[in-house]
Amino acid sequence: MSAWVFRGARVCGGPPTDLAFADGRVVAEAPVGAQVYDADGLIALPGLVDLHTHLREPGREDAETVETGTRAAALGGFTAVHAMANTDPVADTAGVVEQVWRLGQVAGHCDVHPVGAVTVGLGGQQLAELGAMADSAARVRVFSDDGHCVDDAVLMRRALEYVRAFDGVIAQHAQEPRLTEDAQMNEGVISAQLGLVGWPAAAEEAVIARDCLLAGHVGSRLHICHVSTVGSVDILRWAKARGIRVTAEVTPHHLLLTDELATSYDPVFKVNPPLRTAADVTALRDALADGTIDAVATDHAPHALEDKETEWAAAAFGMVGLETALSVVVAAMVDTGRLDWAGVADRMSLRPARIGRLSGQGRPLEPGAPAHVVLVDPAARRVVDPAAMASRSRNTPYAGRQLPAAVVATFLSGRPTVLDGKLT
Amino acid sequence: MPRGTPRPVTGDVSAARPVLDGDELGRAISRIAHEILERTHGGTDTVLLGIPTRGVALATRLADRMSTFEGVRPPTGSLDVTLHRDDLHLRGLRALQVTDLPVDGVDGKVVVLVDDVLFSGRTIRAALDALLDTGRPRAVQLAVLVDRGHREVPIRADYVGKNIPTSLRETVHVLLREYDDRDGVLLGPASGVDAPA
Amino acid sequence: MNRHLLSAGDLSRDDALLIVHTAEELARISDRPIKKLPTLRGRTVVNLFFEDSTRTRLSFEVAAKRLSADVINFSTKGSSVSKGESLKDTALTLEAMGADAVVVRHSASGAPHRLAGWISGAIVNAGDGTHEHPTQALLDAFTMRRRLGRLEGLRVAIVGDILHSRVARSNVLLLDTLGAEVSVVAPPTLMPVGVGSWPCTVSFDLDAVLPKCDVVMMLRVQRERMAGAYFPSAREYSRRYGLDAPRMATLPDTAIVMHPGPMNRGMEIAAEVADSVRSTIVEQVANGVAVRMAVLYLLLGGDSS
Repeated sequence: MSAWVFRGARVCGGPPTDLAFADGRVVAEAPVGAQVYDADGLIALPGLVDLHTHLREPGREDAETVETGTRAAALGGFTAVHAMANTDPVADTAGVVEQVWRLGQVAGHCDVHPVGAVTVGLGGQQLAELGAMADSAARVRVFSDDGHCVDDAVLMRRALEYVRAFDGVIAQHAQEPRLTEDAQMNEGVISAQLGLVGWPAAAEEAVIARDCLLAGHVGSRLHICHVSTVGSVDILRWAKARGIRVTAEVTPHHLLLTDELATSYDPVFKVNPPLRTAADVTALRDALADGTIDAVATDHAPHALEDKETEWAAAAFGMVGLETALSVVVAAMVDTGRLDWAGVADRMSLRPARIGRLSGQGRPLEPGAPAHVVLVDPAARRVVDPAAMASRSRNTPYAGRQLPAAVVATFLSGRPTVLDGKLT
Repeated sequence: MPRGTPRPVTGDVSAARPVLDGDELGRAISRIAHEILERTHGGTDTVLLGIPTRGVALATRLADRMSTFEGVRPPTGSLDVTLHRDDLHLRGLRALQVTDLPVDGVDGKVVVLVDDVLFSGRTIRAALDALLDTGRPRAVQLAVLVDRGHREVPIRADYVGKNIPTSLRETVHVLLREYDDRDGVLLGPASGVDAPA
Repeated sequence: MNRHLLSAGDLSRDDALLIVHTAEELARISDRPIKKLPTLRGRTVVNLFFEDSTRTRLSFEVAAKRLSADVINFSTKGSSVSKGESLKDTALTLEAMGADAVVVRHSASGAPHRLAGWISGAIVNAGDGTHEHPTQALLDAFTMRRRLGRLEGLRVAIVGDILHSRVARSNVLLLDTLGAEVSVVAPPTLMPVGVGSWPCTVSFDLDAVLPKCDVVMMLRVQRERMAGAYFPSAREYSRRYGLDAPRMATLPDTAIVMHPGPMNRGMEIAAEVADSVRSTIVEQVANGVAVRMAVLYLLLGGDSS
């Protein structure tokens, strides 16, 4: 049976309607014999697309695998994720990206689009074979050394230019390395109090400013990963006004959490870029609302327990986020009146798909569109329980926190991956 | 916490009945003063050490009486036993009280330890340890205003103001003008499950 | 009192005064021939030192032994990670040994906070990274009170590498709690971003501050900081921020000079200043034992509830 009808679903928060699809595509009218799903009170959105996911395979299968990571993605309402390149071996050749892509196909919980490394081994010295990755079965369009900044200005310029040949985009992890040696958390009042080495906002902003100027100069597309500061938002706004082809993402955690959480010294709050101040959070929310920031991306970064159960400075950076992303965005953006459900669909599905050049994802739920759908219960409230997560890792900063809204069902090409809040 | 603040009297004083009034308490102190003078041959080479807090006031009063009777006032001081107690891990934290020894010390002296109530004997056991860490007295004696029985260690007093038979469910309240609104000894219901001190 | 001593900022005014008063009673005992007390008999205190500090470790060891606690010294150089055993594994080992208190020195800020989550005993922070060193601040306050008779309204200047100093952080917090007026003095490069939120005034000019202080506390400045371009040369640092005899002469007559040690003579403090009658450096060491005895007594002296 490949035909479904969601009775009473509110598409992107619109009036209740019957949303139907058959043979993997949205249809105007439900065919006879379609399975009926009571969607009364539920919101239907196009399947969510994540531009920034660490699936850890190959190399750190103890922290996450493509199988467990995509299960977490499906539970979070995602139908496509971009798997970051900082695996072991690094995804810097056609061979590695095709392996990850195939693992995603086999798992079948959501589309997996590998991100290719910009430089060989993330070393920042020599361009990886970007064209070979673009031409591979994985059809890579997003390239990033995420975890490391492409610090060399000449190398960055060349990468930006080179990927124009296949409409690729460089996703920059903006972090000036000398200004952030041994950096542990946002540099400010809290870092001064805690005696932890500061990660100044200027180290992010300086790189974003440089790269916007470079992208403008060579006419290339540039994407900025995990924007975290007021100053970065100002620079992006200026660059966009000048017509520079820059896009940007923000993580859910930077929309909700602040550096004050570090006072517990619990490294579950240690992340890169670091949690910033309340003023930064407000600026990021406003920028996501007005479109200066284009997309929400999770930066889902699973870590094994022993990499977090340590002193702060010894702990790994990162937090898991796939299973809580939508709820956090609702808390930060919908409940505060900054975005409506159509806005959520735009920032979490349409725009990220467009940035990643995924033609089959992030399409409005109109007849003919692929049947990637997530059904959300906007009235649900849930307390986050790390032990109940599908991810192999437990490093969520929201443990014990009550969050709004819950994913009820996720459909990938008309096939349920999650139904009644559970994996199928 | 200022030095030498008395621990408040525990238990409900209003529910207690008097067993010694102010005059009787004064006479008991006078009698002990006489007995000390007699046993120490006029109080020469004698030091009175009170155990905080009410023992310190009693030691001062005894020394004053001895001075009135014989014209010689023995040196007095205070000896805090908190750090030598054997029940620290059984009770809430106790703030330290003052230890203040006479300038000539206790070596070769007759030391009379002074406390308000003798109960289990453990406080005096701790006081002996505390005292012997400060020097080597020629002899140690014990004066108490009230002996209420229920000893847990083999200790007895050399001078007793009044023996008051009590049950373990009772509390003895010693009131002294230095800390309280009047002099007197009261017997009342216990405030809780306090072990003998 | 809290169950642990992790930060000087956790101490209320009453807590801090209780520690200082208790230390005063204990200091008198340290003056007599028999210094040992039976108070913590049967209690186990572990000195867990991940960083070399013979002085602090000895001070805690003497304090615990004077109170008759069993003392276990557990020293390991380098970070726990480089040793292969995690801090958590060490914590579980100590927990299995039944440590009543763990005195911890660690190169990572916040390591004592982490241990407090894994160990049921009391944790005493004996210096963590560039965060805090609360017993040092307590002994400094104790020393000031002994020398000058009060803490309330005392004008204290803390001079040197404020950015990397755990002594500075703990002292600023504690002295503020106790009513002193604190200023921190350093070149701007050695001042943390965010220092403006601290309960103290900030100055870059030592000469302007000196005539108006009752206490000047000089902090150790490591010559290695030059490599990080925090200042151009040891000579320039010393000329602008070092305490030498002519500068000391600008202090009020009763003012004292403190240093938590170990000193860089000729760098932040001139030898004749360190050895002058105003200097409390030797007293600070002696007072450290009494203050640490007070802390151990107040954390372990009562029942565990």
